[in-house]
Amino acid sequence: MIEVRGLSKRFGKVQVLQGIDAVFVPGKVNQVIGKSGSGKSVLAKCIVGLHRPEEGEVLYEGRSFHAMDKDEKREIRQQIGMLFQGSALFDSQTVLENVMFPLKMFGTMPRSEMEDRAHVCLKRVNIVDKDGLYPAELSGGMQKRVGIARAIAMNPKYLFCDEPNSGLDPQTSIVIDDLIKEITDEFNTTTLVITHDMNSVMETGENILFIHQGRKWWQGGREDLFHSDNAELNAFIFAGDLMRTVKKAKTGS
Amino acid sequence: MAEGLFLAAARMTILYHIGRYFELLGLVFGRPERLGLYWKRTVEEMDLLGVKSLGIVALLSAFMGAVITIQTKTNIDSPLIQAWVVGFATRQSTILEFSPTIISLILAGKVGSNIAAEIGSMRVKEQIDALDIMGVNSAGYLILPKIVATMAINPFLVMISMFLSIFGGWLAGMESGIVASADFIQGIQMGFKPYHVVYALIKTVVFAFIITTVSAYHGYYTRGGTREVGISSTRAVVYSNVVILVTNLVLTQLLLI
Ligand SMILES: Nc1ncnc2c1ncn2[C@@H]1O[C@H](COP(=O)(O)OP(=O)(O)OP(=O)(O)O)[C@@H](O)[C@H]1O
Ligand SMILES: [Mg+2]
Repeated sequence: MIEVRGLSKRFGKVQVLQGIDAVFVPGKVNQVIGKSGSGKSVLAKCIVGLHRPEEGEVLYEGRSFHAMDKDEKREIRQQIGMLFQGSALFDSQTVLENVMFPLKMFGTMPRSEMEDRAHVCLKRVNIVDKDGLYPAELSGGMQKRVGIARAIAMNPKYLFCDEPNSGLDPQTSIVIDDLIKEITDEFNTTTLVITHDMNSVMETGENILFIHQGRKWWQGGREDLFHSDNAELNAFIFAGDLMRTVKKAKTGS
Repeated sequence: MAEGLFLAAARMTILYHIGRYFELLGLVFGRPERLGLYWKRTVEEMDLLGVKSLGIVALLSAFMGAVITIQTKTNIDSPLIQAWVVGFATRQSTILEFSPTIISLILAGKVGSNIAAEIGSMRVKEQIDALDIMGVNSAGYLILPKIVATMAINPFLVMISMFLSIFGGWLAGMESGIVASADFIQGIQMGFKPYHVVYALIKTVVFAFIITTVSAYHGYYTRGGTREVGISSTRAVVYSNVVILVTNLVLTQLLLI
């Protein structure tokens, strides 16, 4: 379980996050939604310790991350798998090497086993026979998928995905959503997915946090989305015709 | 008044950079996760940063040696000066200054910009964040192999440079007929002090450390996008050169006087 308490983050004079409180539960796909620029990626980076918030704290299983010493932090980080918004694959390494990298760094298994493990992960994201290609030779969506394969290589306890399905076609997008859901169920991971794709919210969102102008605006389940009277939330979700139609079908209004 | 403030601010910035540079060094020499992986990366870097610089070093050295010989001859063309002096002067300027310092400056341009651009683009593409998230000591993993590689391989580049520069001088002197081969060879053997080579190699190793760490520093702390990567790369070369020149003066006073 990850808990965020009163988290605020500023860059220079720009206050990006302000007093965010949230709980991300294990075994569920916790989603963070919000407009572009609302601070979703910054929130994720504060939680994993890439940014240091000015105020507030992040608790992993009740222990404050920022109060931990170097070794404890390292231990937590080795349990984190993260997909970055821009994939962040290593340019100088092939697809296979990228996925094997965390295994080589921290694993103890022989090379052939590492390769097997990497292939299993790649297969789950539908990347086959691309072992020897470099990231620059892949499409954006393929890079994303390899990024997910790398994130799950170590069987993480905490899985962070920053917009896992932006740039993917609807079909692959659903495959990825389902995959994230499967992994979450299977390993009881605490999963945090950042998205502004309403399709995946409807598909897999369980514990949804809506951020607006750097503040927590709303938190709830997928079904609650349709019954909220939060004006900003409604403006965000029902921006498109499709969602309005869905709402009509579900609630009759 | 305003000028005073400006100077104070400039001093603050310099202190800030120096402080952060040493902080980065602290990270670089932190505990490595997997020595085997570091070693593999070091070998790759030796090839990339060292062996791949051999061509330019060789070319430059041969031509510079030739020019040094011809210039020395035309500058001291006097009946009072003995014929072997040209060879002697070529050897001395090559070993003491040309090979260790000029070649290091050239390498700062080639290797330094490469290091800053590589690490800088890894930074802006969040690849360094990805390393940190995995619990990898990103500074150590990315920078230490480069430091070890350049410090190990640059002395060889410089020795090759010394040889080719003197050889270039000999060839130019002989081909143009300004110095007889026997005179030149007598000159390069005259009063040879092995310590001068040691001095040159000490300088080379120190300069290698400077090139790699200063450039890595600029790459590692790049903020922004591709435009900033370009800026970091330029800064890496300029600052490496300045630090090399200052250190050269200090080391020469310490080691030669
Ligand atoms: N390293 C940084 N330095 C300064 N400002 C930053 C930095 N990172 C993010 N910001 C600012 O913080 C704000 C939130 O950015 P963030 O990347 O979290 O948005 P986001 O919600 O993830 O948007 P998107 O959906 O487009 O990815 C933006 O205004 C951005 O300019
Ligand atoms: Mg984002």
